[in-house]
Amino acid sequence: MTVLSLRNLVVVVLLAGLLLLPIYAQVAGSPFLLTLFTRIVILAIAATSLNLIMGYGGMVSFGHAVYLGIGSYAVGICAFEGVESGFVQWPLAIAASALFALVIGALSLRTRGVYFIMITLAFAQMAYYVAIGLDRYGGDDGMILEARSRFAGLINLNDKTAFYYLCLALLFATIFLVWRLVNSRFGMVIQGARSNERRMRAIGFPVYRYRLVCFVIAGTICGLAGALLANFTDFVSPAAMHWTRSGDLIIMVVLGGMASPFGPLIGAVALLALEEALSGITEYWQIILGPMLLLIVLFARGGIDGILARLRHA
Amino acid sequence: MPEPILLVEQLSKRFGGIVATDQLSLAIPPGELHAIIGPNGAGKTTLIGQLTGELWPNGGRIIFNGDDVTTLPVHRRSALGLARSFQITSLFLDFTALDNVALAVQAHAGHSFRFWKPVRAERALRDPAMAAIERVGLADRANILVSRLSHGEHRQLEIAMALATRPRMLLLDEPMAGMGPEESARMVETLRELKKELTILLIEHDMEAVFALADRISVLVYGRVIACDTPENIRQNAEVRRAYLGEQQVATRHG
Repeated sequence: MTVLSLRNLVVVVLLAGLLLLPIYAQVAGSPFLLTLFTRIVILAIAATSLNLIMGYGGMVSFGHAVYLGIGSYAVGICAFEGVESGFVQWPLAIAASALFALVIGALSLRTRGVYFIMITLAFAQMAYYVAIGLDRYGGDDGMILEARSRFAGLINLNDKTAFYYLCLALLFATIFLVWRLVNSRFGMVIQGARSNERRMRAIGFPVYRYRLVCFVIAGTICGLAGALLANFTDFVSPAAMHWTRSGDLIIMVVLGGMASPFGPLIGAVALLALEEALSGITEYWQIILGPMLLLIVLFARGGIDGILARLRHA
Repeated sequence: MPEPILLVEQLSKRFGGIVATDQLSLAIPPGELHAIIGPNGAGKTTLIGQLTGELWPNGGRIIFNGDDVTTLPVHRRSALGLARSFQITSLFLDFTALDNVALAVQAHAGHSFRFWKPVRAERALRDPAMAAIERVGLADRANILVSRLSHGEHRQLEIAMALATRPRMLLLDEPMAGMGPEESARMVETLRELKKELTILLIEHDMEAVFALADRISVLVYGRVIACDTPENIRQNAEVRRAYLGEQQVATRHG
């Protein structure tokens, strides 16, 4: 087996590209690229966290964007109330997401299949409507973030390049963390429960509590992505946790490749870059994007990453 | 008779109006290979379900190794040393054979809230798993995805997984189901080896295997034990013959 299979090559090129992107954007004089890719990287963090529960754990959450919303509202509400320190905002965003994931998970993980999908969706929509009802914080219009999180001179989030690299570092850390997790004892339990839950019980695993911990870890990571998203858009609104956003995250994971460490990143890049490219061609870009996604889901199990893995053998 | 390792007293289970387990009592001493036979619909699977904890009885008690386990959840019984194999092969198809068994070892090696260390490098899990795989004769197939193994190999692997949990007692639910004669013979050999160290409750349709292996046989009809004796005596038992003869007549009428 060669170390540099096509699949590895693509990942290496992608990672190098992401690292060098700000330089390219500078040279090419297109700051827009940096904005686009900051967005991609943040959503790739969210998608990677979803992959942990959906790809590896078989828990198809249709409400994962709720943590994006909770993370951003934690930052937004803090800023609105005059707390601008990131050292307070971000841990709060993480803690609130973890707590919310604990509650959602504790209830929804008692169900399976379609019921699980519907309950996670219902919780996310509930949070969405609660956010709309927050009149003090802009209701359904959302609110502008007056200032980005401050980190006592450690890093200036207003510096677009610095912010991009912070997001990228957090993405790499997330991918590494998920990779270590799924190859640990804990990861085997999670994947075993996806593969054959009944057998897991028979050999002595209390499956529920492992799933719940996994669910909370994923929600927590996604909450951090939410804190990044608020700082990126300078704006906080209920739209961040709308069910269509949860759907986008699922598409990224499925498109890139479930249960693959770099799949969600590949999926996020592919989906958002396609969206961008196609919307430049026509106003009705969804008409092109939809069938493309359908074809990949129908004919390429394992997503883009799966195609790359198979090409190696060809 | 020594203190039984598994004691079932007056066990009852109803599904609506149907009595699947009817005041069933059973005592299995340590070291015995005890077979349960009976016509289809006799309640064998319902009994296994209650012993493993997937079903709760409506009445009666199950004592395992001195502990009342009647209402204990599945994973707790497994932790006490009561392991089972499944009638229908139930494995982790997208894992390798070794990963399957290592997971069973892991289940009994403390909690699994260990998030960082690579699990496939843990000798404490891999070595016992490999040993269990060797015992059922699958050593050369250890690193193959389970979905690519044959049916007979799946059945062997089922046993290896039950073994890997280091049980005191094995509940084997039709381990020979769907096997060819050659595979069956191999399974009988494996079980004969295991019998030397473990108490085994065997539910099986293959009468040849049952009579070759069992120390004692219980015959289950309509949820009740109608006879419990050595293979020789069971063979002579008139009531048992009638029960089986009855089934055959029914089968002929339908077929």
